[in-house]
Amino acid sequence: MSNAWRKKLIEGIDFDDVEFYGNLGFKCGLEIHQQLDTKKKLFCRCPVGYRNDEPDAIILRHMRPTLSEMGTYDGTALMEFKTKKQIIYQLYRGNVCTYEMDDTPPFPINQEALDYAIEIALMLGCQLVDEVHITRKQYLDGSIPTGFQRTAIIGLNGWIPYRDRKIRIQQLALEEDACREVQDKGHTIIFRTDRLSTPLVEIVTKPDMHTPHEAAEVDELLGRLLRASGRVRRGIGSARQDVNVSITGSDRIEIKGVPRTPDIRPLTHYEALRQKALLELRDKLHARGITEQTLKATCHDVTKLFYDPQERKRYGIPDDADRVNAVNLVGWQGLLKHKTQPGLTFAAELAGRVRVIACLDRMPNILVLDNQTEGKLHGETDVPVELEEHVRKAIGADKNDTLVLVWGSVEDVKTGAEEIIIRVKEAAEIIPQETRQHMVDKCRTDFERILPGPDRMYPDTDSPPEAISKERVVRIQGTMAPKPWDREKEYAGMGIPAHLARQLAIHPNARFFDRLVGGISINPRILAEALVEWHRAIAREKLAAEITADMPDEQRLERFFISAGKNRTPRRALYCTFRLLLHGLYTKDAEPPAPLSTDELKSLCEKVIAERKDVRYKTRKLTLDFLLGEVIDQSAGRAEPEQIISFLENRIPSFQPAV
Amino acid sequence: MNEHDKLKGYKGKAREVLESMGTRVWADVEIETDKGIYEGIILPRAEQADDLHIVLKLETGYNIGLAVHAIRSIKEKAFREAHYKIPEQEFPYDPIKLNVTLLGTGGTIASRLDYRTGAVIPAFTPGELYGAVPELADICNLKTKKLFGVFSENMGPEQYIATAKAIGREIEAGVAGIVIGHGTDTMHHTAAALTFMIQDSPVPIIMVGSQRSSDRPSSDAAFNLRCACNAAAHGSIAEVLVCMFGPTSDAYNLLHRGSRVRKMHSSYRSTFRTLSDIPVAKCTPDEVNPIKKDFRPRRKDKNVKLDAVFDDRVAIVYYYPAMKPDIIESLIDNEYKGIVIAGTGLGHVNKPLYAPLRKACRMGISVMMTVQTLWGYVQMFVYDTGRDLMELGITPCSNMLPEVAYIKLGWVLAHTHDREKVAKMMLTPINDEITEREPHDGYLIFQGGLPEVEEFLKGRLR
Repeated sequence: MSNAWRKKLIEGIDFDDVEFYGNLGFKCGLEIHQQLDTKKKLFCRCPVGYRNDEPDAIILRHMRPTLSEMGTYDGTALMEFKTKKQIIYQLYRGNVCTYEMDDTPPFPINQEALDYAIEIALMLGCQLVDEVHITRKQYLDGSIPTGFQRTAIIGLNGWIPYRDRKIRIQQLALEEDACREVQDKGHTIIFRTDRLSTPLVEIVTKPDMHTPHEAAEVDELLGRLLRASGRVRRGIGSARQDVNVSITGSDRIEIKGVPRTPDIRPLTHYEALRQKALLELRDKLHARGITEQTLKATCHDVTKLFYDPQERKRYGIPDDADRVNAVNLVGWQGLLKHKTQPGLTFAAELAGRVRVIACLDRMPNILVLDNQTEGKLHGETDVPVELEEHVRKAIGADKNDTLVLVWGSVEDVKTGAEEIIIRVKEAAEIIPQETRQHMVDKCRTDFERILPGPDRMYPDTDSPPEAISKERVVRIQGTMAPKPWDREKEYAGMGIPAHLARQLAIHPNARFFDRLVGGISINPRILAEALVEWHRAIAREKLAAEITADMPDEQRLERFFISAGKNRTPRRALYCTFRLLLHGLYTKDAEPPAPLSTDELKSLCEKVIAERKDVRYKTRKLTLDFLLGEVIDQSAGRAEPEQIISFLENRIPSFQPAV
Repeated sequence: MNEHDKLKGYKGKAREVLESMGTRVWADVEIETDKGIYEGIILPRAEQADDLHIVLKLETGYNIGLAVHAIRSIKEKAFREAHYKIPEQEFPYDPIKLNVTLLGTGGTIASRLDYRTGAVIPAFTPGELYGAVPELADICNLKTKKLFGVFSENMGPEQYIATAKAIGREIEAGVAGIVIGHGTDTMHHTAAALTFMIQDSPVPIIMVGSQRSSDRPSSDAAFNLRCACNAAAHGSIAEVLVCMFGPTSDAYNLLHRGSRVRKMHSSYRSTFRTLSDIPVAKCTPDEVNPIKKDFRPRRKDKNVKLDAVFDDRVAIVYYYPAMKPDIIESLIDNEYKGIVIAGTGLGHVNKPLYAPLRKACRMGISVMMTVQTLWGYVQMFVYDTGRDLMELGITPCSNMLPEVAYIKLGWVLAHTHDREKVAKMMLTPINDEITEREPHDGYLIFQGGLPEVEEFLKGRLR
């Protein structure tokens, strides 16, 4: 998808247009998944890791739906059972044990992870549960080899401040991460197990965001809070967000795995418009007297009309399709062309279902025959009128009917045709609750699966409940990081500029800064600079391979800054020595130097003037600047520039132009 | 605590509080606590859990525990009792399909969650099975009979005998095959017992279980049941066989001879292995492919030799280096009639045990020697120790597995207590509990980390 296309979709839209989204009844909630920075996984002792090399072994599994303790089957579970997938897991010796393979029951929950989750729940102002109950959340798509994710609510009913109001946090759960999907083709899906069972927190907000812009901002805010905790992993795939969208008259739709925070704006915008379009389609159907009850849709085997390979070619039906079915949607003429998203029509909703549930994933996978076809619909090729008439006659379709052809193996076509009928029935009544995935343009979405409900939740009989003791909460509160917005205010009060305060508030070194800043005589602004900006700049320097810019341990760092404060080390000298320290080139006990005494500075300046007496610039200022630079260099930053300047100015009172 | 208890699983403080608030389990409630308000359904509590919390199911489906001391009030809004039941449908009968009987003993193969105790409990009707695994109807006409509902560890002689008799009746009734649902922990004990108690069966007797209970989406139960029903209905091997996962993948099952099989891993799916031999066959829900050539084929008659007896005055002694004579002495004092020793190496125990063992033999107790190495033969001529032990009157049991020797000795002792006759019966194999030869590939456990093994695992479904 070209950038021009995306630009066209985004340009000129005010994503914070309160009136426009207010009229739609736009509501948006977030589900943020953030991996925790623990050494080990949640229910086994495997180290957390990310792998991109060849797997060490593979295994094959299948999934079947089971009943919840309320005695019902979950809709998603049944849908996923219909897909009849062969599920392949890639295993890695270093990061996967028999627990992830579902060949060993869980070990007791990782207490480090539980501590971190409690800490973040407290930062969000949640009510902690008194006893943690581990629950199984079923996923039959294969993303977890057990067929369920072990998850537990840690906190409920929190909130964060935003735009003079509160954004409510519904819950925070501690759960194990799922596999990464590597490939999904036909009836085989391949998963990589490296990140499986990595501890993560899932934070669910109430639908309190009223515009796409607000949703993006709150996502960013929550991201900052998580980083401020100092307990979360960074890097590829460590944080992911799902976004829920609804408008007046619709139930929530989940957009899964939004790649970047800014993508939330166009994705939620176009999702809201899609829902509006589906409501309009429903009204059109009702106007034609088509409801869920009166809707007529029939399925016909029309394979024999397509024995001729030439014929197949004209329709775009591949040679290896054993069966071609035609679904006749009675009285639907023109309605599959109802626009739902930019460049997409309602036909795309059908194609999505057929692709996922019937595993007919070679696109186009359906063909719409609609008499007055103009232009191309999703999954449509131009169909000669006489061919269309041929099919219509064979199944006795009226000219007001719309036909949808679907092809593939006998089994899959049966499922596909059934799904088409299910989806058109839904269209006459509701907007089906779906999980949708973003398309490459990161503006539009496509069907991923039916949205799972509470019926997929089961107690985990392998794990005992665990009470959260008062002592534990008190201990965690004692070391809990302040909220980033509180920190920012506090830092500003210390004279740290806003941009730096904003960075430091969520920086991994923030805890160290907070601990150190009160007790030493160093300027907080310089300490902040060192820990955030200098550190980053020094880390980016490209030096010899054996030299790395690792932070020394906190004790060494603390000694360093204490002596810097005591020695009143000038800013520039501090930078030089800090750099050496980070590169490991600074001896163990070395201290940042004190500034030069007045006498030392005087004699250094005299030395420089004597050495450089031949150098003359056009103006006095340039000459002074040059000499200043020399003195700074030779003093290794141990004198403040103001002091050097005033000395040089006295020493070179009059201007002697260059010869 | 009875089934109709309105406060299932709650005791002490928690029970008091719930009682005083006039509420009950499965009540849809609003609970006011010191921390705030919670809404959900009160669930039964596991009986082992403490009396300080109540369990609430939230609308989202999650469960949480609330401390009872912080509860201020509970308002009941509705009552929603759950009926956890696999949809029961009548198992279809097709006159052209073969009849198979599934005998249920309990265990994980047919089980569901008990939300009161939080445990997995056996559950089993043909309707439920059909509801859970409808594919079974494509294989055979299935009838189920529940013999007992016990966990594997509670199976014993009484159950072996009852199962054998039930099998005898089914053979007489002319079924095409029999499937026995069984917990996996002691499945190999029962398999051995049935091997001796039912000889020369005309039809397959297939034991099956599951390592992941059927309340899990990844359960192996459905695949195992399908494989077992197919092997029972269509398989050509008329023996007592254990039908469980070959690899840990959902790929194929193995049929293990009941006399040579053992559970070898506490939790793996592919836990059952044939020891010192190769499995009899490989099977899937569609076919049975024999690996061994020598097996007892299916017959058309209904003749079977039923010999369901057991003397339970038998013990198995797992020898360890510092074992003291009192262990053996206590068996003698308690009038045991048979002792199976799992000895070290080729079948050895230390000198201090000689005296009590001699005494045992003299008192007419049959003492059998097997090896705790599990693979390989007892060979008591190689070292003096072995020769000494044989002189005491101990019978080396060749390559019989210790658990199999235990079961066989119990069965033999129900026929005779004559030491010589016992020894003769023990050493006369009924179905390969002793084999004359150990093939070169009878002892194969791959060791990970070796390049050739890793290469194999990379490309194959392990």
